[in-house]
Amino acid sequence: MNNSKTAVRVEKLEKKFGDFTAVNRIDFEVKEGEIFGFLGPNGAGKSTTIRMLCGIITPTSGIGTVSGFDIIKEQHSIKENIGYMSQRFSLYDDLTVEENIAFYSGIYKIPQNLRRERAEEVIRLADIEGFRSRLTRTISGGWKQRLALGCALLHKPKIIFLDEPTSGVDPITRANFWGIIKSLAGKGVTVFVTTHYMDEAENCDRMVLIYKGTIIATGTPTEMKTTQMKQEVVEITVANSEDWTDRIKKIPEVKETALFGVNIHAVVYESGKAISAIKKMFDEAGVRGYAVKKIMPSLEDVFVSSIETYDEEHKA
Amino acid sequence: MMNLKRVAAISKKEFIQIKRDPRSLTLALVIPVILLLIFGYGLSLDIDHVRMAVWNQDASSELSRKFLLNFIDSKYFRITKYTDNYRDIEHMIDSGEIMMAMVIPKDFSHYLQSGKQAPLQLLVDGSDSNTATIAMNYVRSVVASYNAVLLVDALDRRGLEPVMAIQSRPRIWFNMGLNSTWFIVPGVLSMIMMIIAALLTSITVAREWERGTMEQLISTPVKAPELIIGKFIPYFTIGFFDLIVGVVMAIFLFGVPFRGNIILLFGLSALFLTGALSQGILISIVGKTQILSSQLAILLTFIPTMLLSGFIYPIFNMPKFVQVVTYFVPASYYIVILRDLFLKGVGISSMWDQALFMCLFAFLMLGLAIRKFKKKVF
Repeated sequence: MNNSKTAVRVEKLEKKFGDFTAVNRIDFEVKEGEIFGFLGPNGAGKSTTIRMLCGIITPTSGIGTVSGFDIIKEQHSIKENIGYMSQRFSLYDDLTVEENIAFYSGIYKIPQNLRRERAEEVIRLADIEGFRSRLTRTISGGWKQRLALGCALLHKPKIIFLDEPTSGVDPITRANFWGIIKSLAGKGVTVFVTTHYMDEAENCDRMVLIYKGTIIATGTPTEMKTTQMKQEVVEITVANSEDWTDRIKKIPEVKETALFGVNIHAVVYESGKAISAIKKMFDEAGVRGYAVKKIMPSLEDVFVSSIETYDEEHKA
Repeated sequence: MMNLKRVAAISKKEFIQIKRDPRSLTLALVIPVILLLIFGYGLSLDIDHVRMAVWNQDASSELSRKFLLNFIDSKYFRITKYTDNYRDIEHMIDSGEIMMAMVIPKDFSHYLQSGKQAPLQLLVDGSDSNTATIAMNYVRSVVASYNAVLLVDALDRRGLEPVMAIQSRPRIWFNMGLNSTWFIVPGVLSMIMMIIAALLTSITVAREWERGTMEQLISTPVKAPELIIGKFIPYFTIGFFDLIVGVVMAIFLFGVPFRGNIILLFGLSALFLTGALSQGILISIVGKTQILSSQLAILLTFIPTMLLSGFIYPIFNMPKFVQVVTYFVPASYYIVILRDLFLKGVGISSMWDQALFMCLFAFLMLGLAIRKFKKKVF
C-alpha cells in the first residue's frame, strides 16, 4: 500500500430488519486507492453493508465514515462524493446510452462546459463508443454494466462502490471489467467491490469475508492463504480421480476432499501425516503414477474452510 | 435548497420517457379528446322527444283531437303509435318502444262540455325514474296550459272577464336555452384534467421502483423536492396543453360561450392541476407498483370526480354526510369555477373561496408527496 489514508472505516456496524440481523457489528477499514474486496455468499450481508456505506440506508447501530463523512449524519455529502453501481442494472432502459449519461451529468451538477468532455471520457473508459445512440434496452448485459460504471464515474468520485458488478456476465467481459477497475485504482480511486465469485478475489489488494452478517476473515490474498486457514491443502494427481475422492475422504487425517479439474484437493489437519496416509492407500491398492503434494490453498479453499469452521463453531 | 440543474435533468428525462411510451402518449394526448367527444355528444341531460303511444277512445270528438294537437306540436313528445287496446300498450312499454302511453277516455269531451272534470290516464315506464318524472312534468304543463284555455273559453261563454291570477315569467340567465351541453362540457373538462393528471403521474414514481432505477437514483445526491418537482413539470405541461385543447373544443365544437377572464381560467387551472398532479405523485409513492398505483388513481380520482363533484348530480341534493365528503374532492371546486367562467363570466370575487380550497389542496398534496417520499427513501 503506497497510501495510508483511510477511505472507509466502520466500527461495530449493525443493521437489523425486524428480528433479522443482516449485518452483525462488523469492523473494517479501507485505505485510499486500494481495491477492497467484500466477499461472501449470497445473503451474507454484502449489499446491506454497501448500502449503509453509500448513505442509502441508515445503520441500526455502530459508526462509520466514508471519505471522512459520517455515514449517519452526512449521508448527503457521501452521496456527492461517491459512485455507486447496484447489483441489478438500474439505468433507464428507455433512454439511449448518451441520454443516460446526460441525465446523470445533470444529477451530479456537472458544469455545462465540462459535460461534453466528461461524457466522452466515460464513453472511452467504458468502451461504449459504438452504442452511444442506441436505446439502452437493446445493448447486452456486459455493455450495460460498463455504462452503469461510466455513469457512476461521471462526477469523478474518489471512491466507488460496486455491488456484484460482474454477476451474470460472461468470463471475457468479466476480465475486461476487472481491467477497468484496476486502471481506476491505478489513478488513485478507491474501489470497494462485492462479489461472490471467489476467483475474482485474487484481483483485490485486500479483502474481508462476510458470512451470516459477520466478518470471518480479513487480509490480503496472500495473508488469507497463508494464515487464515488452520488446515493445510494437499493436491492429489491420480488417474480416475473422481473414483478416489470419497475413499480419500475416509482417511482419518483428511477433513474434506473436492475435485479441482482433474486433481483432488484434500483439506488435511497435518500435511506430512496425511500425505503418507494417502500414499499408503494408493500403494496398497496398487496404483501407479500418482502424485501427492502440499500446495498453497486457493482463496476458494480458504473461504470454504473458513465458512465451515464458522458453522462448526456456531452449531446450536 | 433545490438545485435547478437537477430538476431540469429529471424533467428532461421524464419528457423523453413519456415520448417513448405509447401508453403515456395516448393517455396524454388522445384520451382527453375522445373523452370530451363522448361526453360532449353522448351525455345529454335534456329530455325531448319522449316516445308516447296514444289511445284516443273519444276519437270522434273534436275536443279530444284539439287537446292531442298540443302534444303533436310539442318537441318534447313524439307520438309513435295510435292504438286501441291495452295489450299493445303493455307490450310497447315492456319492450321499451315507448316511454309512456296516454289514454283519453271515451267520455272526455262529454265531461268537459258538461263542466265536469275529465280524467286522463297516463301509463309511464318508471324504471328510469328521473326521465319519467321529467316526462310527467311535461304532460302536466301541457295539460295546465290547455286547462287555462278551457277556463277562458268557459268564462267567455258566460260573458265574464277572466281574472288573471299569478303568471310566472321566467327569465333564464347564463344558459338561456337551458342547453345541458353548456352545463356538461365544463364538467367534463375538469374530469378529464383530474383523471389524466392522476393517471399519468400515478405510475411515474412506481415505475422507478419497479424497474430498479430508483436504486441508482437514491445513491445520488438528488433530494426529494428536486425529484418530485422534476417529475411534476412535464406532466404539468401536458395537462396545460390538454386544458387548452379542451377549452378550444368546448368553445368552437360544442358552442359553449366563454364569458370570463382567460387569464383567470389559466391561473386557476394551474392551481387545480398542481393539486391533481401532486395527488397522482403521492399515489405513486404510496402504491409502489405501477398496477396498484394506477388502480388507486382511478379509485381515488375518477369515481369521486364523476359522482361527488357536482359534475352530473348537484351536491345540494346529496345527503349531508356525502356533502361533507365532497369538500375533499378538488374537482367540486374546479367545476364551479369553470361553469362560472364559461357561463356566468364572473370575476375572482365570486369564486375566491373555491380558489382558496384548491390552493389548500394543492399545497397539502405536494407537501405530502415530498414528505412521504423523503420518509420512504431517506
